[in-house]
Amino acid sequence: MTLGKALPHDAAPLHVTGAARYVDDIPLPANALHLAFGLSSEAHADITAIDLSAVRAAPGVVMALSAQDLPEMPDCSPSAHDEPLLATGRVHYLGQPVFLVAATGHLAARKAARLAKITYAPLPAILTVDDALAAGSRFEAGPVVWAKGDAEAAITAAAHRISGQFEVGGQEHFYLEGQIAAALPQEGGDMVIHSSTQHPTEIQHKVAHALHLPMSAVRVEVRRMGGGFGGKESQGNALAIACALVARASGRPAKMRYDRDDDMMITGKRHDLRIGYEVGFDATGKIAGLSFTHLFRCGWALDLSIPVADRAMLHADNCYHLPDIRIESHRLRTNTQSATAFRGFGGPQGMIGIERVMDHIAHDRGLDPVVVRRVNFYAPMVSSTGGLSAPPHPPEDIFEQMKGRGAVQTTPYHMPVEDFVGDRIVDALLESSDYAARREAIAAWNTGSRVLKRGIAVTPVKFGISFTLTHLNQAGALVHVYQDGSVHLNHGGTEMGQGLFQKVAQVTASVFGLEADAVKITATDTAKVPNTSATAASSGSDLNGMAAQAAAITIRDRMAVFLAGRHQAEAADVVFKAGRVLIGGADLSFAEAAAMAYAGRVSLSSTGFYATPRITWDRVKGSGRPFFYFAYGAAVTEVVIDTLTGENRILRADVLHDSGASLNPALDIGQIEGAYVQGAGWLTMEELVWDAKGALRTHAPSTYKIPACSDRPPVFNVSLWGQDNPEATVGKSKAVGEPPFMLGISALMALSDAVAACGDGMTYPALDAPATPERILQAIARVRHV
Amino acid sequence: MTDIAFLLNGTPVRLSGVSPTRTLLDWLREDRGLTGTKEGCNEGDCGACTVMLTDPAKGAMPRALNACILFLPQLDGKSVRTVEGISGPKGELHPVQEAMIAHHGSQCGFCTPGFVVSMAVGHTTGRQDHDDVLAGNLCRCTGYAPIIRAAKAAETAPVPDWMQEAEAPPASSAPEADDPAGFRPKTSDQLAAWYAEHPNATLIAGATDVGLWVTKQLRDLHPVAFLGGVEDLKTLTVNSDWFEVGAGVTITDLLEAVAAPLPSFGEMLRRYASVQVRNAATIGGNIANGSPIGDGPPALIALGAVLRLRRGDARRDMPLEDFFLDYRKQDRLPGEFVESIRFPVKAPELRCYKLSKRFDQDISAVCGCFNITQDGGTVRSARIAFGGMAGTPKRALAAETALIGQPWTLETIVAAQQALARDFAPMSDMRASASYRAAAAGNMLIRYFHDLSGEAVDVLGVTA
Repeated sequence: MTLGKALPHDAAPLHVTGAARYVDDIPLPANALHLAFGLSSEAHADITAIDLSAVRAAPGVVMALSAQDLPEMPDCSPSAHDEPLLATGRVHYLGQPVFLVAATGHLAARKAARLAKITYAPLPAILTVDDALAAGSRFEAGPVVWAKGDAEAAITAAAHRISGQFEVGGQEHFYLEGQIAAALPQEGGDMVIHSSTQHPTEIQHKVAHALHLPMSAVRVEVRRMGGGFGGKESQGNALAIACALVARASGRPAKMRYDRDDDMMITGKRHDLRIGYEVGFDATGKIAGLSFTHLFRCGWALDLSIPVADRAMLHADNCYHLPDIRIESHRLRTNTQSATAFRGFGGPQGMIGIERVMDHIAHDRGLDPVVVRRVNFYAPMVSSTGGLSAPPHPPEDIFEQMKGRGAVQTTPYHMPVEDFVGDRIVDALLESSDYAARREAIAAWNTGSRVLKRGIAVTPVKFGISFTLTHLNQAGALVHVYQDGSVHLNHGGTEMGQGLFQKVAQVTASVFGLEADAVKITATDTAKVPNTSATAASSGSDLNGMAAQAAAITIRDRMAVFLAGRHQAEAADVVFKAGRVLIGGADLSFAEAAAMAYAGRVSLSSTGFYATPRITWDRVKGSGRPFFYFAYGAAVTEVVIDTLTGENRILRADVLHDSGASLNPALDIGQIEGAYVQGAGWLTMEELVWDAKGALRTHAPSTYKIPACSDRPPVFNVSLWGQDNPEATVGKSKAVGEPPFMLGISALMALSDAVAACGDGMTYPALDAPATPERILQAIARVRHV
Repeated sequence: MTDIAFLLNGTPVRLSGVSPTRTLLDWLREDRGLTGTKEGCNEGDCGACTVMLTDPAKGAMPRALNACILFLPQLDGKSVRTVEGISGPKGELHPVQEAMIAHHGSQCGFCTPGFVVSMAVGHTTGRQDHDDVLAGNLCRCTGYAPIIRAAKAAETAPVPDWMQEAEAPPASSAPEADDPAGFRPKTSDQLAAWYAEHPNATLIAGATDVGLWVTKQLRDLHPVAFLGGVEDLKTLTVNSDWFEVGAGVTITDLLEAVAAPLPSFGEMLRRYASVQVRNAATIGGNIANGSPIGDGPPALIALGAVLRLRRGDARRDMPLEDFFLDYRKQDRLPGEFVESIRFPVKAPELRCYKLSKRFDQDISAVCGCFNITQDGGTVRSARIAFGGMAGTPKRALAAETALIGQPWTLETIVAAQQALARDFAPMSDMRASASYRAAAAGNMLIRYFHDLSGEAVDVLGVTA
């Protein structure tokens, strides 16, 4: 069985030899043009004059365009039609594209883009959360509020109350391959686009709109991205549109690749935010009432900020049952890059709030934070047989069963939590990581260590799987079996390194009883599978795996019917296994079977389609079942800090993560390891700094530090939970792209634990994120009252 | 006429008429069609463009370099291997490539060629300190764990035959002062004479800083001289008292020389950028560049290093701290260049502390170097220098004064901490705030006190 095998990434042999082709590696005709944007040097200003004469006179320049050169301005927004390709009269952030240069070479275009004379009349710039609150600068009319029960009354009535607020920084995606697109003009005005995008259909849609073409006249192809992480869900639109415009105007191929600094100055990042909380609880730490305020800095344009901020609200509970809860979410408009999708899509920002609250309550009560987390966990999943060991089947049964017992707990958005295994995962992890003994040992070690202190923390994850915009939960696939028995696979998902193509190939091969390498993986192509959703929300293999499986089953069933007819057997008795097709006494190779079916005029090509069942969501009310299921996990992290400088290291991390019945355990563990390190990076060393003028000062790897090799936990134990998904997903697997990102929260909480060890226990460390050495040193000063 | 000649993946290449500041990366990808080498940042900070360079003058030991900030004339007379040349001639995989596949070391694959080249260099040279070998290669997908598993798995495999350079690199024409590919002197005398005539020229040694003038500031540099061929600037001599280090000595070679006698200086050099940068960057460039941080200069000032400058045939010596006048302004005459640096072999009390957001491949927020000696419990001498605390690397004279002649106690240290406030008024920037810099610099004095008494002060020394 191919499904569940720990096979390497399908492109690994190409990766390691340098033969894997990315957009910039595709040979273009010699007359291709290379594009660069000229960027705003102001955060908020009216453009009073643009003089591009020096740009146009620069060596190699073929054309230079600003708003005044375009009869209408194409829009790049995925949501609100508020992102002109080039600034129209006013700039809204420092780094906004103002004009476009096309030249005969990449370097020539970059050089020319620095020669414009643009004059600005500056306007007051809204840069911070406080600026935006003061000016009432926001998206939507006012804050979004979702509530369940009566949080205020419950907080007031509780025996204990605390409140606080903290800052959580944003995060640059730092995909190793920067944004890039190329446009190849075709006959009759059609356009072919190569783009490094998670969302080919969106590129197709935006290019078609810009060129006044039907979508059918634009074809977008994506073989692979050099990393995406959400940063290529909408941020590639501008490059593809710019290339298409220039390609149409010049009749020449056009390519645009952002230099790394331009990429970081232009594109959106993870939303930073300020979280306020007020919580009432009892002596055991059990929460009675909780109120959150999210203040999101969304940047200049809407982009995906609404669903991101919504998802933060949807993860404000994480693994904890909160009967009386109120969440107020502000989506603030600022003169900075438009914050966008990033792995977790708001989930991490929501989840870190409740984990902070757990940590704070534990500190307030003098309890082990694990104890506080436990008393607040959702009720565990109950199996249909009444035991806790086996997953329920079908899930509707336990829903009825629990309703009968009046025991169904619901999320703050009123969705029943039927599949909760967070408690069991945490218990197993505490055991395997030797948490209790290590916590004692760390306390003893700290007593004897004056300068260095250690800390340890465990945090769980419950992450909702499905797009919250319900109609996006669909996917298509196209499978061909050729007369020689070779199989061609195509689907709407894109490959950004996560191994989606390999997983879907394993699903497809399994249907035919073949090995995965018998399936030819092909580039995502809007001409093969239309109307695709972004490869996002961790949904890639759930959606596309099911669609491809459906396509393959259609073909296999046609083959079975035909072959059964030939052999006087029942179609249901035809077996596809280990590369053979067994029909009664006959034993054919798959190739022979395919050849016979072809000769018998059987269609060996099929589309497949999948739409996620059971989901319904009313975002205005904040109520429904937005998620098909939840994915779970937990991490224990141990750290050490230097109390003189705030320097810190992760010493060890233990992870137990739920990817259901894994489609490919090696790829899943790869996702989990990578996500943990990326999540820990978000909360420790990755710091975005804007200056008072609104200029991002950390716009290259020299100043923005993602984790390097030695920053990974030197002891790093990662295991899969391995239980079937109770829902009917492809192979009973669970999505794994985003959920483990939030395991990194345990690193921040471990640092908080280490800082707390520096004080007398009276003052909570109140550590902001990212916990740079500077913030750790400040927190140490706080707990020491100096 | 051949301006530049080298071996590329075993094949001779002869170039003429190329711009002297054409980078190897652009040439590989745009002119040669070798697209395996990737551009990730174009500033030497991500390693996606890593190539293997072997200099026959240095024996057969290959080194990893960043192709994005390596100019074509720097390759003259050397052998280069790109990822395409790491596999065998018939497509056989190198052991590190096999291990990367088997251990799931690639996900998106974009950083992978750079990792593979760095790993192949480490494999060829028998390195097992994989975190250091790979500190200059960033990966955003894997979290590095599978890459390290792959590097370990490949350790014992023999080096494939094809990794041996079968032939010597081809020869270029003799360098001339008006060579369009830049002046490439062979001796410091040639350099001195030419530079005195062309005082506005840009001198390029490793190009780890000048490279960015081209790739990021998009400057046109003219005229330029490449110092890589000046063998007498690469001498490193040591006697019982002093190191004498030529300006052309790379940080890698300096690290190797000082690691045993001056371990704390060595440890700081281990954290100086990354392998790829240390293999190119020279100590002369590190000093002459005049960075306010520098890492090298604060340590050398604390050691009491003496700088030798040369202009034409005239030489002058000065304490290194006197070289740095103001932000990016040095006591260097037109046409004068750094020839060598001299510093003591013994400094058992020297400690170098580097503070940054990330341990490897980062620029210091504060770099503090301490060299304080005692006599019977009384401070006899004190040399303290900081980077990142002023417009230049600078001595903490007030703090030194507060220490000298005082008993070696925590009280004395606290007094010196207060004096430090008179030495420095640091700035706030993206690396740290002024108040953090001031507080951490003061705390470094306390760390130094505990460090000398043998207490654990280094988070890098702690294991789970």
